[in-house]
Amino acid sequence: MKKSKVFWLYAIIALIVYAIVQFMITSDQLDMYYSNLLITIAINIILAVSLHLVIGITGQFSIGHAGFLAVGAYISAICTMHFDLPFPVALFIGAVVAALAGLVVGIPSLRLKGDYLAIATLGFAEIIRIIFLNTDYVGGAAGMQITQMTTWTYAFFGVFITVIIIANFTKSRHGRACIAVREDEIAADAMGINTTYYKVVAFALGSFFAGLAGGLFSHNFYIIQPSQFGFLKSFDILIYVVLGGLGSLSGAIIAAILLTVVSMYLTEFPETRMIIYSLVLIIVMLYRPSGLMGTKEITDYFKLGKRSKGGNLDDQ
Amino acid sequence: MEWVQQLVNGISLGSIYALIALGYTMVYGIIKLINFAHGDVFMIGAFIGFYAISGWGLGFFPALLLAMVVCAIFGVLIERIAYKRLRNATRIAALITAIGVSLLIEYSVIYFRGAQPEAYPDVLSKSTFNFLGAQISAQSIMILSVSLSLMIILQFIVHKTKIGKAMRAVSHDVEAARLMGINVDNTISATFAIGSALAGAAGVIFGVYYTKIDPLMGVIPGVKAFVAAVLGGIGIIPGAMAGGMVLGVVESIVSALGFSLWRDAAAFVILILILIFRPSGIFGKNTREKV
Repeated sequence: MKKSKVFWLYAIIALIVYAIVQFMITSDQLDMYYSNLLITIAINIILAVSLHLVIGITGQFSIGHAGFLAVGAYISAICTMHFDLPFPVALFIGAVVAALAGLVVGIPSLRLKGDYLAIATLGFAEIIRIIFLNTDYVGGAAGMQITQMTTWTYAFFGVFITVIIIANFTKSRHGRACIAVREDEIAADAMGINTTYYKVVAFALGSFFAGLAGGLFSHNFYIIQPSQFGFLKSFDILIYVVLGGLGSLSGAIIAAILLTVVSMYLTEFPETRMIIYSLVLIIVMLYRPSGLMGTKEITDYFKLGKRSKGGNLDDQ
Repeated sequence: MEWVQQLVNGISLGSIYALIALGYTMVYGIIKLINFAHGDVFMIGAFIGFYAISGWGLGFFPALLLAMVVCAIFGVLIERIAYKRLRNATRIAALITAIGVSLLIEYSVIYFRGAQPEAYPDVLSKSTFNFLGAQISAQSIMILSVSLSLMIILQFIVHKTKIGKAMRAVSHDVEAARLMGINVDNTISATFAIGSALAGAAGVIFGVYYTKIDPLMGVIPGVKAFVAAVLGGIGIIPGAMAGGMVLGVVESIVSALGFSLWRDAAAFVILILILIFRPSGIFGKNTREKV
């Protein structure tokens, strides 16, 4: 099959899934609990995929993703609550501001490598959180009241757009440059790739979609508080990417779905949930550091003998 | 004269950061791993001290010693179980494992004893005395002298004993050290033991000074101690001490100026500035990137 045909095939399958779920929601076959679960899954998929671009494709170890989630959440909430803008516009503004925050954080800190970058991103995320904590305009520690606006339609199209853009970015020339940076930064530099430029682009794009997820997140919950965007949220997102396999888009999506469902069932036992999470993290790292999918994509299993795309470099 | 008082508070707080930072810096120096679980070893130390003092009626020094011994064993266990197999793994795998171990310790403690905080009993005298017009508590002097003596003992171990020599050799070059007949595994375990013992001591001191402990208390001091270690130049022992002190004093000044809610941000702003302008830290030497 030609590449464009495969693309349209997947797009049509996705739209059919959307239509079925939307029909089930409107005809009351799915109650509030399950439609809410679906929206949460969608938000977590966007977060996982956006961090996948930064860690899995570009190899830049960022553990401050919750900071950009917070920027998107607060900015879009300000747009709808204080300025009465329509929700899609607010989502877009939140994402753009998050991308700008990504640029501000990324340009200085992406000069760092490995552990130092990780700690710097963690520090920036905490600074962002403390800024919101001390801003009375957004309610400070008490939080901000928000009308619920996120529906399955918004959540689905958020995921749809995110996955299409990130998958196509990965396949493009720019995406290959990012993969080259991940594999060997010095070699990529020697081949004439502007490594700093691609690291910053990937980081800003990742932040953009984290901001989009933030907008959906804040309008799904009635209230947002700075404490929702601490270390733990960043680690949650990190776990999706690591468990799915660093470099695998579908792995990140599968892990996000799996862990969201598991943690939904364990909401009444938060300690048990965190113990299971951390044990999974340790055991996966010790015995299968490549994660669920490695760098393979799920589609690789369907088209046997074909060269795979994206983050996959093993079997060329 | 409030400034002198704030300075003393800052130095007391800084000495706690410095004690934790020493463990980070020693472990990082030897196996290049940010041991995220270090802050939780500090928390375990605080709880052991608490149970020793209020449960068994021990005094401050026996409790301190007990916490140090238990934390040393605990640190070695963490290293042997979780980190040892990761010697040749990627940095990302090691860092994620460390995050996992940290979460596991925190939530196991919450699971077994609940998340409620505990009030530390008074073990040191509450008397204060006048110094240059500032009220200085005997407690902070005591804390400072305990921390300083621990640091002096550490310097002695690192520079004058055989195990210290082995530690310096391993942190310089693991392969060469192994060729010279040094047992690298034991040396790394010894490093974890010493670093964790210092964190345990810091936990007891923190409990006595701030009187409130809870299972998640290790997170923020842990991260800040890491900032202190980076500030002084990670892997350099005097750097961690200086970095801890500087961080403590800066935080006290920020609080004294009336921005106490921004106190936590100050540490991260320092971290980012130091990472951008002088990533090797105050005491660090510049290293060239090699292909």
